[in-house]
Amino acid sequence: MRGLIEEIQRRTPLGWLQLSHHRGRLLVAISGIAFADVLMFMQLGFQNALYDSNTRLNRAMIGDIVLISPQSKNMQNMSTFSRRRLLQAEDVPGVKSAKAMYVGLVAWKNPQTQRKTSVQALGFSPEQSLLNVPAIKNQLDTIKLPDYFLFDRGARGEYKQMFAKIDQGKIISTEIEKRTIHVGGLFKLGASFGADGILVSSDENFLRIFPRRQAGSVNLGLISVESGYEISQVAAALKSRLGKNEDVKILTFPEYIKFEEAYWKKESPIGFIFSLGVAMGFVVGVIIVYQVLSTDVNSHLKEYATFKAMGYNNMYLLGVIFEEAIILATLGFVPGFIIPMGLYQMAKNATNLPIYMTLSRAIFVLTLTLIMCMISGAIATGKLQSADPADMF
Amino acid sequence: MKNSELVSTGLPVIDIQNLDYYFGSGYLKKQILFNINLKINAGEIVIMTGPSGSGKTTLLTLVGGLRSVQSGSLKVLGKDLSKASLKQLTQSRISNGYIFQSHGLHGSLTAVQNVRMGLEVHPRIPASEMMLRSRQILEAVGLGDRVNYYPDNLSGGQKQRVAIARALVSDPKIVLADEPTAALDKQSGRDVVELMQKLAKEHNSTILLVTHDHRILDIADRIIYMEDGHLSAGR
Repeated sequence: MRGLIEEIQRRTPLGWLQLSHHRGRLLVAISGIAFADVLMFMQLGFQNALYDSNTRLNRAMIGDIVLISPQSKNMQNMSTFSRRRLLQAEDVPGVKSAKAMYVGLVAWKNPQTQRKTSVQALGFSPEQSLLNVPAIKNQLDTIKLPDYFLFDRGARGEYKQMFAKIDQGKIISTEIEKRTIHVGGLFKLGASFGADGILVSSDENFLRIFPRRQAGSVNLGLISVESGYEISQVAAALKSRLGKNEDVKILTFPEYIKFEEAYWKKESPIGFIFSLGVAMGFVVGVIIVYQVLSTDVNSHLKEYATFKAMGYNNMYLLGVIFEEAIILATLGFVPGFIIPMGLYQMAKNATNLPIYMTLSRAIFVLTLTLIMCMISGAIATGKLQSADPADMF
Repeated sequence: MKNSELVSTGLPVIDIQNLDYYFGSGYLKKQILFNINLKINAGEIVIMTGPSGSGKTTLLTLVGGLRSVQSGSLKVLGKDLSKASLKQLTQSRISNGYIFQSHGLHGSLTAVQNVRMGLEVHPRIPASEMMLRSRQILEAVGLGDRVNYYPDNLSGGQKQRVAIARALVSDPKIVLADEPTAALDKQSGRDVVELMQKLAKEHNSTILLVTHDHRILDIADRIIYMEDGHLSAGR
């Protein structure tokens, strides 16, 4: 260890001295790497926001076991199954209750702009909230009234004036499918990629705005398990009881969240698009760093040839290039980490998507940056061969 | 083997026998050096002169381990370079000091940092000693007040003096110089070679110097003449 410290003290930090001597070039290099980092952070941020926002509604459901139709793909694309299955489920030992939830996409007229936009409507029996959102629990009485709905304060779009009016206690009226409805209160959940906002009401109100739907066909079954029973065992019992019908899929709550996430990761092209974006940021970074390093090697070829003549071996010069690569990666990462935090905030305000910095993402991007600079360094070392000490004389 | 031992045993520091050297291959193959025989003893200052293209620099790079020997024998400090691998050649360069026509200083390093690079290549010299020796030799070449200057802020003569300091800071047994005065005016050229001569005598170094510059021939102990790849004693 002491030997190593002595070696480091002995060694002239040539890479750093070379970089810091050319301030302008260093600045260009740092901004280039920062740019690549910002690109990668934004792509990863949006990707993560997509997964987060699209499971946010799923995660708000109250239930230990979830029943869905095997045809259902995701929250915006739900098929129905017979309500009878829920009644059958209630006979299974350990099942405390099995509640129905109706889910559907509907075009409503934005009360503020009078334009039609697509929102997600949810309906359930208003005796008890099936969503773990305090504002909904407190306003169950409101949705018992005919044609009264609660709206998502985190919805994407122009709703500011409407929210302000509702906060003053006013009731807003608008249209869905030529039927007048009233927004009697607000709650906060947030927009997702699939839906700009969420409307919540009773099952009866839900069926009024979906006249072609029948009460006997439900989208989600939310089952609570009695205390003292293992959820996995109850789920297994449900499978053996209902599974043979093949018109219903039984998932534990974590499985249900994974089911939604898996759709966005695998079935939708969005996950792929964002990964491609990260890859492009990476490639841009490799090219920029390579440009900087190869320019640096080129402009120092004569000095490197002199060092070779003095007895320095190739390994030493390779070390200098990789030293530069690591310094560039580290310095470039600092602004490349700070700028996205501001951009995340801006994107969050503009889109209401849950975009935020995570430690694991920062470590991931730092690692990518180091790999990026290493690859560029490795390509740039090819130029070292042309530093021939015999040409020095 | 120390220089004094070489002197006492009478072994030459540089011993070249029947050395031929070719450039190119096939039809383009051209012989550059013809049957070179040369012995240089420890502490000697030898100036090699002759027209350009005569092969002086090629011989110098062979002695310095910058090119591989093709045929004949070349012994430097008792080691046979004709049998050395590329790695051994690189290793052999460490015991030489080089002074080039263009100073070859690193633009991003100060004078003292440049000189220090001449020591860093030698393993096991502590950092503090490297700094001390680098400063001392810069004082010796008259640049004690310029140690922290970058090469861009030094004159041509000053840069060449830093290069000499870098070549000599590690007390090399052999100093190889190629036209060290070519880029300098008469007075600074004179100063530079006198400095080389003085420092070499102090450190008991052997100097092999290639030059066209007739104004500096008088510092040599011996002058050899190269013409068309053939070596002869000085006129």
